[in-house]
Amino acid sequence: MSSWSEGRRPLTLAILALGGEGGGVLADWIVATAERAGHHAQTTSVAGVAQRTGATVYYVELFPSQPSAESPTADARAPVRDEPVMGVFPTPGEVDVVIASELMECGRAVQRGFSTADRTTLITSTNRVYSIDEKVAMGDGRVDDAALLDAARNASKRLVAADFMQLAEQAGSVISASLFGGLAGSGALPFAREQFEASIRVSGKAVDASLAAFAAGFEAATADATPSPSSSAAKLIELPIAPGAASSRSTEERKAHEEAERTAIAATDPASLVGPELRDLAERVGDLPPAARSTILHGLVRTAVYQDHAYAERYLERVARFADVDPERAGDARLTREAARHVALWMCYQDTIQVATQKVRRKRMERIRDESHVRPGQLVQVREFLHPQAEEIVDTMPTWLGGRLARSRAFERVVHAATHRGMILNTSSVVGYTLLTTMARARPLRPRSVRFVREQAAIERWLALALDVARTDAALACEIVECQRVLKGYGSTYAHGGESFATLMDAADALVGAEAAATRMADLRDAALADEDGAALRTKIHDTGAAESPWRSPASPT
Amino acid sequence: MAERSFDGEVQLLRSGAGSTLQVEGILAVTKALLQSGVAYVGGYQGAPISHLMDVLGDAREILGELDVYFENSASEATAAAMLAASVHYPLRGAVTFKSTVGLNVASDALANLASGGVQGGALIILGEDYGEGSSIMQERSHAFAMKSQMWLLDPRPNVSAIVDAVETGFELSEASSTPVMLDLRLRSCHLHGSFVAKDNRRPPMTVKDAIEHPTRDPSRIVLPPASFLHEREKVEDRWPAAVRFIRERGLNEVIAGDHGDVGIITQGGLYNTLNRSLELLGCSDAFGRSDVPLYVMNVTYPVVDEEILDFCAGKRAVLLVEEGQPDYIEQNLNAILRRAGVTTALHGKDLLPVAGEYTSAAVTRGVAAFLRRYLPDAIEHEPALLRDAEDPASPFASPVAADAVLPRPPGLCTGCPERPIFSGLKLAERETGAHHVSADIGCHLFSTVAPFHLGATTMGYGLGSAGAAALNSKDADRRTIAVMGDGGFWHNGLTSGVGNAVFNENDQLLVVVDNAYSAATGGQDVLSSQAQTPNRSTQHPIEKAARGVGVEWARTIDDTYDVGAVRDSFVEALTTDEPGPKLLVMQSECQLNRQRRVKPEMRAALKEGKRVVRERFGVDAETCTGDHACIRISGCPSLSIKSNPDPLRTDPVATVLDSCVGCGVCGTNAHAAVLCPSFYRTDVVQNPTRRDRMLARLRAWWIKVASRGIERRAARFEVS
Repeated sequence: MSSWSEGRRPLTLAILALGGEGGGVLADWIVATAERAGHHAQTTSVAGVAQRTGATVYYVELFPSQPSAESPTADARAPVRDEPVMGVFPTPGEVDVVIASELMECGRAVQRGFSTADRTTLITSTNRVYSIDEKVAMGDGRVDDAALLDAARNASKRLVAADFMQLAEQAGSVISASLFGGLAGSGALPFAREQFEASIRVSGKAVDASLAAFAAGFEAATADATPSPSSSAAKLIELPIAPGAASSRSTEERKAHEEAERTAIAATDPASLVGPELRDLAERVGDLPPAARSTILHGLVRTAVYQDHAYAERYLERVARFADVDPERAGDARLTREAARHVALWMCYQDTIQVATQKVRRKRMERIRDESHVRPGQLVQVREFLHPQAEEIVDTMPTWLGGRLARSRAFERVVHAATHRGMILNTSSVVGYTLLTTMARARPLRPRSVRFVREQAAIERWLALALDVARTDAALACEIVECQRVLKGYGSTYAHGGESFATLMDAADALVGAEAAATRMADLRDAALADEDGAALRTKIHDTGAAESPWRSPASPT
Repeated sequence: MAERSFDGEVQLLRSGAGSTLQVEGILAVTKALLQSGVAYVGGYQGAPISHLMDVLGDAREILGELDVYFENSASEATAAAMLAASVHYPLRGAVTFKSTVGLNVASDALANLASGGVQGGALIILGEDYGEGSSIMQERSHAFAMKSQMWLLDPRPNVSAIVDAVETGFELSEASSTPVMLDLRLRSCHLHGSFVAKDNRRPPMTVKDAIEHPTRDPSRIVLPPASFLHEREKVEDRWPAAVRFIRERGLNEVIAGDHGDVGIITQGGLYNTLNRSLELLGCSDAFGRSDVPLYVMNVTYPVVDEEILDFCAGKRAVLLVEEGQPDYIEQNLNAILRRAGVTTALHGKDLLPVAGEYTSAAVTRGVAAFLRRYLPDAIEHEPALLRDAEDPASPFASPVAADAVLPRPPGLCTGCPERPIFSGLKLAERETGAHHVSADIGCHLFSTVAPFHLGATTMGYGLGSAGAAALNSKDADRRTIAVMGDGGFWHNGLTSGVGNAVFNENDQLLVVVDNAYSAATGGQDVLSSQAQTPNRSTQHPIEKAARGVGVEWARTIDDTYDVGAVRDSFVEALTTDEPGPKLLVMQSECQLNRQRRVKPEMRAALKEGKRVVRERFGVDAETCTGDHACIRISGCPSLSIKSNPDPLRTDPVATVLDSCVGCGVCGTNAHAAVLCPSFYRTDVVQNPTRRDRMLARLRAWWIKVASRGIERRAARFEVS
């Protein structure tokens, strides 16, 4: 007798959901549908602390009703139980349907052996809800979505992958409803669409919205949109993260696509990618490596808007110095590309003038309206959380004044008293907007400011080092250029970035000529981005020794 | 106001005999209590039986109709002590709490109860929090049954079986004058299934009858010489009576199989998992027709020697499936077999895992190992999970890289008022240096994980302050911080912590998180709850209680979202020269409960056309430099990351998701930690007034005028 392997077994379903996503509601709907169809149904879950943002597994078993003459294989013995004995754990390798409300949870289901290629219909939403480890990284800590999706494809008999979160949002409902539709559409359960829908109707809560989301999920599962296991090349699946944020993959893909288009245009008509007053500079991009042109044009626009035409020209001149020593000029031109990117970013450092400019741009106000889902007839106000520091104010002053104020205790006290609790500025008000635009209009004063002078000197030192190294080791030069990435944040985060940068430049000096210098440099940069207190970097750099160097002079950002 | 309302479901409790109920385990238990003629019920909430308390609370009206007394006990000890009502009166009483932590707290009362014994049936329903998803230390309730001699029922995970166990539990208790514990395993509590109802029974004697006819019997009081007699009574009278009842009623089951010379003994709660393992191996079917003889211990304590000997008679080998450690039952069976000179080989934790949850996979592996050794021919099917993990057909031959699936530790909810407390403490520590933090049980314990990493120990519910007692020195340059929730404070923290600190002149800073509910267990009201509730007395301030036991330095911060104020009060409390314990009550309503309360109000206001402002936060992607410092100080689920839209930058930027409830912590954190200027708050005014609209028109005009120059200049460089 092997009743289980011969199919006299319940249908088994595991649902992996995050707290508050309605995994329990979904399980209840499935049970209700099955019970009305005469099945014996059991569901259980393990919530525990998982109810607070953790992952929860709901487990459902459905046993078809027994014909009056039970046991087609005529077991002579009387049944021990008059109702089927149901399991309370999903058994690895024995789960018929796995539903995951999020892509990493889908990965977890695969990892735990719930979803297997010989048996499982795997229904997963492709949206991402990032885990805390991914979010707290100083750089990019996200896991590879494509790897998760590949795993889902390999570990399922049938994969239904769609952004069920978005489908639910569009219907004004929650993901449990669209996943329920996906389950119905997958055909994994022996019930008709109407039978599923009846469970939503009976529940009596937000029926119309739930049915709309159900319909969307149903269509996603039936419209053969899922990449089949054979074509692992796979068509692109949009992978947006939770509502309110754009997708990780789709944004990266859009950026890659746009860059490809721009590179093509830049080859023939670079001037069309900039505004009228930058056309002369854009034409000069034609002399630079083709692979870097699009990025350089971005940089031109960025620096010109940031300061002026002359500043953009200075940018172009700086990048051109890298193009001259780039060993892959005609090819990938990595050194030039990275220089174009990082020089632009550093030259457009975030000072108060820049922040004010960003805050008052029209496209920003429009974007905010969009993301707040403002309906006609509703009004929006935007309030900024600002907290200018004494040093930031000093930084924007002309050098002769700034230097004096920086030493003034009285000035520091006044600023501290005015701003240490922070200020909330209503940008949408007349006063608030006027204040910010006035600040933005201070742009012409910038080149004489304390910070400008300091930053330009630091940029030149960085470029000189990178260019010097580039003559012997272009790969190392490239890594040195990319170290600009650690200069980010504001306040103490920025100060820490400055510290890390100084340490990295010291290390770069010491690495010149060493074996695998570029790889080691990249490792050090990763270490600098690994934590907030610089411990990882210090550990890595331990034997290099930190000598006095120009990088630690007053020029290091504060 | 509890997390979940059972107002609809409790109507099923009125169902009469013969009706089939399709319900969750906890509702079935409540119905079974009413069918048993219970006279009083109490308990303390905690997963997985929180909902049982909520069901009982929502069923107040039905309980009243039947003259059943119900209360939310102050602690598990209170609940257990309540069973004293069954000592002299034939009143059936039931209490419920989470185990094993609840049993730890209740064990003094239970030991006294078990010593004197009971006249009316006394049932302790344990929500066993063991295995995956558990939030407590992994221990067994079995030890408490053994040490105090209370009987332990462990019914099959089946709603009918659980209902039967409740009813039989009372009878067993009365037949043997002993309190009975009913183990409801984690998954059984959340089990959905069906059972056939009986009529509810009004208790033959009510609490009122008992009060009006007081009786006492000194021989039931735990005081020498009675206590010595109790011990003898336990072994000479009550134990044999229990065994007689268990055998007569056939509470444990024997399932005969074809292969009579081997067998498997299992705890009732593991029966379904065992049968599934046998099904997978081709040795049983969905209706329990096992080829291998089984002995199912629906009563796991006491072990009935005669039944064990009968089952083992003529068997070469027996496997015991017993979850958790120590292996109490295995030791017990060995003693029984040895004493009787039975040679049957007993296997258990040599083939099954010594520790950890007995999942379907774990049991299947153990049973397969046993059968391969004694009955290899019985295995008709090899489930995939038995394959070597290297085998590509193994379900564990996972195609997912280990580092692609990251842990999701529990964290504070979106908008949680406790988040800014810990943000504030982290900021205060920048000024005062790091401190030893003694943590407690409750949501605030999530401060021990990312991103806060605060808190060194947690010694039990309400013991945060006591956990810091030893770390008290007049010579130290800083003081110890203790954290407690309002739940823990009222559970026992006021006496074991605050009173102790006052008496011993402890220098600690005690932070009491007052979110107006016992929030971690599902939002039950406590003494300091702000809500006006019928039948309960609330709104008793924590600060007042602490001052009442002698705390001199006490402050209540009534808006924890003001991170700056929280930080400053921490700095003050950590640096003041005032002797004795310093108390900071950090007060803001649990956001989960607040949303449940506020959302319907807001919907109603919108419908009526009233002006409603919806707040949420946002991050400017251009201004954000992608360093995620804001996330490291918050950890809010609604504060996430997204791909950088800037073509020149690659690191993801911070973003605020739609689930944002506009609590304001992002903004105040940005201020207090001087993070960055990227955060903004949008206020969407719904149903704007005429004044709103006029002001908006004026502002729109001015913004258009004032931005003209800036946009015009940008257009010279940018492509439109």
